Amino acid sequence: MNKLTIFLREKYLVITPILLIISIAQLEQYSQLTTSGTFGAALRLSIPILLAGLGGLFSERTGIVNIGLEGMMIMGTWFTAWGGVLYGPWYGILFGLAGGALFGLIHAVATVSFQVDHIVSGVAINILAVGAGRFFNILAFDDYEYASSTASPIVEGEIGRITLPFISGGEINGSPTSNILGSLEEQNIILLSDIAGLLYGVTSNISYFSIISLLMIPGSIYLLWRTPLGLQMRSVGEFPSGSESLGVNVYLMKYTGVIISGALAGLAGAYLVLEGPSVYLEGQTNGRGFIGLASLLFGNYRPFGIFLGAGLFGFADALQLRSEESIHGLLIVIFLFMFILTARNIYQRNIRSGVLSGLVGLAFFVWFNNSTTIPIQFVYFTPHLTTLIVLSFASQKFRMPKSVGKPYKKGELS
Amino acid sequence: MNLRYRLISLSAPILALSLSVLLTSLILTAIGKDPIETFVLMYDYGTTGKSLVSVFNRFIPLYISAIAVAVGFKMGLFNIGVEGQYLLSALLAAAIGASFSVSRPLHILLIMLIATAISSVWGAIAGYLKVSRGIHEVISTIMLNYIGTGIIAYLLGQVFNDEDAANLIPQTTPLPETGQIPSLNNLLNIENLPSLHGFLPIAIFLGLLYYFLIWKTTLGYNLRITGQNPTAAKFSGVDPKRLTMLAMVISGGFAGLVGMGPLLSYHHQYSIDFPAGIGFAGIGVALLGRNHPVGMAFGAILFAFLERSSQILDLRDVPKEIETMMSAFILLIVVVFYEVIRRYIVTQQIKEASRQVDD
Repeated sequence: MNKLTIFLREKYLVITPILLIISIAQLEQYSQLTTSGTFGAALRLSIPILLAGLGGLFSERTGIVNIGLEGMMIMGTWFTAWGGVLYGPWYGILFGLAGGALFGLIHAVATVSFQVDHIVSGVAINILAVGAGRFFNILAFDDYEYASSTASPIVEGEIGRITLPFISGGEINGSPTSNILGSLEEQNIILLSDIAGLLYGVTSNISYFSIISLLMIPGSIYLLWRTPLGLQMRSVGEFPSGSESLGVNVYLMKYTGVIISGALAGLAGAYLVLEGPSVYLEGQTNGRGFIGLASLLFGNYRPFGIFLGAGLFGFADALQLRSEESIHGLLIVIFLFMFILTARNIYQRNIRSGVLSGLVGLAFFVWFNNSTTIPIQFVYFTPHLTTLIVLSFASQKFRMPKSVGKPYKKGELS
Repeated sequence: MNLRYRLISLSAPILALSLSVLLTSLILTAIGKDPIETFVLMYDYGTTGKSLVSVFNRFIPLYISAIAVAVGFKMGLFNIGVEGQYLLSALLAAAIGASFSVSRPLHILLIMLIATAISSVWGAIAGYLKVSRGIHEVISTIMLNYIGTGIIAYLLGQVFNDEDAANLIPQTTPLPETGQIPSLNNLLNIENLPSLHGFLPIAIFLGLLYYFLIWKTTLGYNLRITGQNPTAAKFSGVDPKRLTMLAMVISGGFAGLVGMGPLLSYHHQYSIDFPAGIGFAGIGVALLGRNHPVGMAFGAILFAFLERSSQILDLRDVPKEIETMMSAFILLIVVVFYEVIRRYIVTQQIKEASRQVDD
């Protein structure tokens, strides 16, 4: 079997819904689903999830479960706002990175040096972060005019943006170039225009921060799979006693992994602030740290898989910004997807799952038929629901690092 | 000898508390406030009669929330979803409870039953996802919290909103008299103070029920051994899947009662003012109290006291969020100390055993 079929087989969970959405989007009233605007927003919203997922990757590859990603992300948002208000957005990014890393360090001290249960420590960190964010915010911005206990003042200044020249109409030396993708999108050709919309959305008006974030994918691959340090880090997550016997400093590797993890989560927080409202807001992360963790599971502990998962969840998130009518069209997408899953399950003699997915599909069809819009309150949890649904169909086949979540004490056989 | 270890174990929360006080003092000094003055202020305000009643009222849901979390913890299951479970069930129980009227004890009982049932079902979803789909309960319960919040916002705004009320905020129809628990003030002869919620005896009863369930029943035994050694438990005939489902259902059931204290004895209706965040606070209480009914009672009192006594601080120009920091410090430090002391005791026991063998 060639690589393409293997890829399609493994990732049909992402590909089928995308194809379904594209076909639905051919209808006039749902056309908003695949415009470049939607895809641009999807990219923007998937990057924090991607960064959090990569953060989770570094931690879990060294054997430490990081439920505290959400808290580290919260610290990232606040520190970014602080650094940004004081010195401008680029310093904000550095501050966010450091704030996340600081909380990563706390998690590392608790789990690595003191062997506290990883989830317990993570939960405690999440609780600490919420309180700390609010407390710091009151302390730091007490004298500012447009700040409250739950919001910081606005970070002034912009991180630059770029549009790809020739293909998406970016400017070179101030003169405009051709916009091939943009014009293709306007032609409304089936499939081609949708794909052009996708490419145009992710190549036009992209901030440098997005590009830096996307570079973290090859960066992580290089660091974890192509350097001696990465090999040592991964070995620690698989079989720490063995690594120890070969002279690897297990504690140091775990510390490195968890601190990088915190830094990436902090970066995710920075992205949320700077590419979002430019202020720190309480509750801004909205569970994205956990969704990042879900994308890590979905991506089977591999950077590209995480990217795919983050893209999917980001797309679900982006739909919040679209018209309610378009979102209503998603119900039919879910129905068709469930229908396909049912067929697949029955084909594989997996009757129980088949009946279940069939019933869920039927419920969505009934809902679609008896309504014209989705209540706005439901749209708000689309990414969370998507996460649950996707995980429940994607799980089972994980290959997680062998000793992930197990406490390790030097000199004790694990 | 056993007593010695118990005493050493007890030192962990005390050490953690002192260290947190120290850390908090450092922060207070750093922001230019006198720590001793601040703590004295908090103590004085927290121990007024009015405050004490409020502490006990706060204790009720906090303690039940801790119990709900502890049921899962006992078998190594992290029910982070108590928050969503209690809010959703409180809303539905408030809405359904207001729609009928029967005599008093029965009405109250029915409302509690509805809340328990709904909360159990909501918790069971996470259990099912874990058992049959292998999704870690932390992720599923967190996602269910967000989904629950959305559903609550929808139901409160569109379905159950009491439009007759002059009030502008969305709220359910108030419960009739028969669905309200009277305060304890008359019974205990407390005068000139705010009402002490009548749910307090039920909370204490739930603590006893929890003790009985975990330490005196087969189910509790299975939960405990699964928590300590899943492999051994499996070989002794425990079905881990069935047990996970049961634990989530029971944990969810307790969670359903978290909202009943505030609902039945004070708010009498669900609105956006309904106290939130108790589910997350309960995790801290369960960790601090080491899942023991008495320990959690102390933990709940402590956190309730800190929360109440910090209310005075804003008036004295100290951010009252220092309390959130302090609780989080206590939590983080106490889990570290528990682990350190657990390891110390294990080493001591090994040494002792080897000494006995040598003799």
